[in-house]
Amino acid sequence: MDIQLIGRLLPHIMEASLLTIGLTACSLAIGLVVATAVAAGRFSRMRPIRWLATAYVSVMRGTPLLVQLFIVFFGGPQFRLDLTPFMAGVLTMGLNIGAYMSEGIKGAIISVDKGQGEASRSIGFGRFDTMRLFILPQAAPLIIRSLGVNTVILSKSTALVSTIGVVELTYSAQRFVTSTYKPFEVFAVAGAAYIAIVAVISLIVRGAEKLFDADRRVAA
Amino acid sequence: MTLDFGVVPSYSQLLFTGLLWTIFITVLAGSVSILLGIAIATTTLYGPKFASLPVRGISFLFLGTPLLLQLYLLYYGLSQVGVMLPAFWTGVVGLGLHYAAYNADIFRASLQAVDPGQAEAARSLGFSRGATQRLFIMPQAIVTALPQVGNNSIILLKDTAVLSVLGIAELVLNAQRAISETYRPFEFYFTAALLYYVVNLAMEFLLGIAARKAEEIR
Repeated sequence: MDIQLIGRLLPHIMEASLLTIGLTACSLAIGLVVATAVAAGRFSRMRPIRWLATAYVSVMRGTPLLVQLFIVFFGGPQFRLDLTPFMAGVLTMGLNIGAYMSEGIKGAIISVDKGQGEASRSIGFGRFDTMRLFILPQAAPLIIRSLGVNTVILSKSTALVSTIGVVELTYSAQRFVTSTYKPFEVFAVAGAAYIAIVAVISLIVRGAEKLFDADRRVAA
Repeated sequence: MTLDFGVVPSYSQLLFTGLLWTIFITVLAGSVSILLGIAIATTTLYGPKFASLPVRGISFLFLGTPLLLQLYLLYYGLSQVGVMLPAFWTGVVGLGLHYAAYNADIFRASLQAVDPGQAEAARSLGFSRGATQRLFIMPQAIVTALPQVGNNSIILLKDTAVLSVLGIAELVLNAQRAISETYRPFEFYFTAALLYYVVNLAMEFLLGIAARKAEEIR
């Protein structure tokens, strides 16, 4: 165990962590938009839209993220879609995690007692207002939790974009391994950085969950 | 550049071999993850503190870091201490360990969910502690855990793609070989994705049957 090396690595690894956090944040932004659209699509009154949303989720969840990444990054240029590795990574991970997140949202909405929606509709609220005023607020804590779980998974998936040349945590760790030939120390430090990122995300999610649960108690 | 899927059929044997390896790795690593998952769950639940604490700590490390990093650590880190494990076994063990941590959580919850009356009844009939665990508690817990462990196995199937970075000739690496000869990345990665999707659907179908059977037994 080379303690000195770990001390020298830390600042570099922290810098690389920033890119991992950036990848996570940008993918999350795309993922949330996709998830909202797809979840809305699954509750659409039009059958083709419902079918399309279901197919999207099935395909995105049914194929490996790594292959999706390669299709976009290496296959994209065949359609004149020349993306930088960072953009290809963020786009693919956003589209991918959006499918998983939409499932969480759908599950949370279904878990709300059916009577709530029926009651609201029967006293004259529209479909959209029913969702906005009654269903979503009750589903919120569950939605937050599933979004949180998926964000943790997403932050770890960002390691895959090292394979297309984005110098995030995993790739920069690999570079240090080739220059120092101390794989154990280097990967251990990188692993610690991932755990720190995951811990921070989990803390934020737990806080958000409490926030929404408190709202619920006040409302009741 | 236009698409030309016409080049794919001449590489079908390469892709098919890759697919078979992918399925083989899934079965191997899946078995490791289930057996080790049960072992971890039993240790953390019933084991002495000096055993359960480190096991809990290690599975926390596996849950908190990316699979790719774990594979690199195993592959390059082990060679640093003089253990030369072939890439194939590094991949299988790494993948198995990673999902063992996930399965352990499920098995632990399932073991705890078994009605305590079951153990009391078995013990009062004269079964030993070990026999009670083996004959009454474990089978019930496994039936409860089945759907979620099955789900993890499907996720594991997709993560076998990551093993291509270690140079293991599964579906993705064989697709890359075909691409290096034809310069048709989209066609081959798309075909690979399609094959994964088919295996994925087949696994979902089989697990659906197994889950229904498990529900009947309960």
